[in-house]
Amino acid sequence: MYRYDEFDRDFIRDRSREFRAQVERRLAGELTEDEFKPLRLMNGLYLQLHAYMLRVAIPYGALNSRQLRQLGYIARRWDKGLGHWTTRQNIQFNWIKLVDVPEILDALAEVDMHAIQTSGNCIRNVTSDPYAGAAADEIEDPRIWAEILRQWSTNHPEFTFLPRKFKIAITGAAEDRAATLFHDIGIRIVGGPNGTKGFRIYVGGGQGRTPYVAQEMNAFLPQADLLSYLEAMLRVYNLHGRRDNIYKARIKILVNAIGIDAYRSEVEEEWQRIRSEEIDLPADEEARIRAQFSPPELPSRPIDSFMLTKTRAADPAFDRWMRHNVMAHRNPEYAIVSIAFKEPGGRPPGDVTADEMERVADAADRYAHGEIRVTYTQNLVLPHVARADLVDLYEDLKAAGLVAGNTDLITDIIACPGLDYCNLANARSIPIAQAITDRFADPERAELIGQLRLNISGCINACGHHHSGHIGILGVDKKGTEHYQITLGGSPSDEAAIGSIVGPSFPAEDVPDVIDKIVDTYLAQRSEDESFLATYARVGIEPFKEAIYGPR
Amino acid sequence: MPSVITANRLQDGVVVYLAAGNVWKTDLAEALVAHSETELARLEADAEKAAAGQIIVGAYAMDVELRDGKPAPKSVREKIRAAHRQTFPDLTEIGLH
Repeated sequence: MYRYDEFDRDFIRDRSREFRAQVERRLAGELTEDEFKPLRLMNGLYLQLHAYMLRVAIPYGALNSRQLRQLGYIARRWDKGLGHWTTRQNIQFNWIKLVDVPEILDALAEVDMHAIQTSGNCIRNVTSDPYAGAAADEIEDPRIWAEILRQWSTNHPEFTFLPRKFKIAITGAAEDRAATLFHDIGIRIVGGPNGTKGFRIYVGGGQGRTPYVAQEMNAFLPQADLLSYLEAMLRVYNLHGRRDNIYKARIKILVNAIGIDAYRSEVEEEWQRIRSEEIDLPADEEARIRAQFSPPELPSRPIDSFMLTKTRAADPAFDRWMRHNVMAHRNPEYAIVSIAFKEPGGRPPGDVTADEMERVADAADRYAHGEIRVTYTQNLVLPHVARADLVDLYEDLKAAGLVAGNTDLITDIIACPGLDYCNLANARSIPIAQAITDRFADPERAELIGQLRLNISGCINACGHHHSGHIGILGVDKKGTEHYQITLGGSPSDEAAIGSIVGPSFPAEDVPDVIDKIVDTYLAQRSEDESFLATYARVGIEPFKEAIYGPR
Repeated sequence: MPSVITANRLQDGVVVYLAAGNVWKTDLAEALVAHSETELARLEADAEKAAAGQIIVGAYAMDVELRDGKPAPKSVREKIRAAHRQTFPDLTEIGLH
């Protein structure tokens, strides 16, 4: 993992001191709310329905056990004992008092964390593959470049007041697990000629009220050119992006208004002008950062296959967990383990208690070299677990109530906080997610359905990624009541797609039945082990429409 | 239409309602109800003072219905705010009307 140096630490402490003074001035009446709001947003502090919400940055979703324990401490001391994993691999605390925020920022700084650039019209937390550095299908560890981008974009003076917020994702694996094509800039590490590596750059993706899948900007950018090229991309956007209309201010609107070719040629021109200005990282600095991501030493740990097979046969829940929550590691004696924060009869998706944070931190220390990742699907991952330890890890997680074996199944729902918390929402997301999770509580049925991404947003801003759900649910306000619109066929992966609206919306209490009908239609129509998306592509939307609205 | 003034308390963000004696209460039932534009303007002036005095933030007037003479929330959003919580496992607990 990247380790802060004294410069980084001083910077975070300075920012914390600065915000402490700003809070004091606000409470003393020296700053009005209009003056204070942009300052608090620069430090990730929102005012929501019931309380302040503090969003803490977790760069590319990577945490160590000490940091996770400290987040647990913060949850217990200053929140209601809760945190919430976000779809940008961050954590947010939903029950925060303004007067406590300076203390919280100090507590974060103690473990090299902060809340800077988790809000505002700047470059937000760079997201990445949660399996980075461990995945069997990886070309290169994307965290190296995510960290370089973090340092470049942190307090970047030119890009602190962009027309609108700006989101970057980078992945280094064959499979896209970071939804790169739904980002302002998506970056995929690819192989080039003679064993070189470079970046395929995509631009203009995003969800919200005008969703777009990103377009290819550059098929192969040499690695050494990354920062100057992105600087040119951001500069052209900063110059031409619309500031007169918040709904048209994202780069996706610019790129689609002038066309990808026109945007590319402007960027190219700017890039040629600035690329000699020493924006790119010197090779020794790149090597210094790269060295911090050298893989942990993974000693050989032979597996007792007989014991494992026996345990799996004796315990169906463990067997299911092995099938869905244990993923291939580049070292066959090791595995990547997903810890689910969604389960039937349980929590709002992505909610985590202080106790759970501590239990996971303990498990990470015991079994996973102290490393934890947050996924954009609002779960956690232990990236390096010896397969020989899987039974013990499972028992520890079971004691903590964290062994739902449902990764990427229908109950692994992404949901925004919705109208239960959010000032922008039109409708609630959490109880809908809980009702659907309960409806599909039978693990055998969920497994029979297979991988199915179901995403819920409480308003058109799409924080719950409904556009990219195989099944998407969007909360709308229909004459003062909560209604839900269903979309089908979205995908966050390599074949990224935006879902299509099936038809008129439904009241809240009808939604679980509607989802049931959609799933039954899929099961009736699919051939053998065909995926939901493949079936949908083959049969089209009509059978689903007929199932939920009846024959015409 | 009867209405009350609501806001968030500056120090902790908790939902509050303007009650008698320029006091901000967390219980909507205790809020002062304005029955006319004039009454509402008076409450709004008091809220403005409270905002200037760092008591509350983001004050606005909201429509209420009267139940046994006490103000009660109408919209889903205001029902959730008035309940001071986010867990409503029953999809119909927050009534549609």
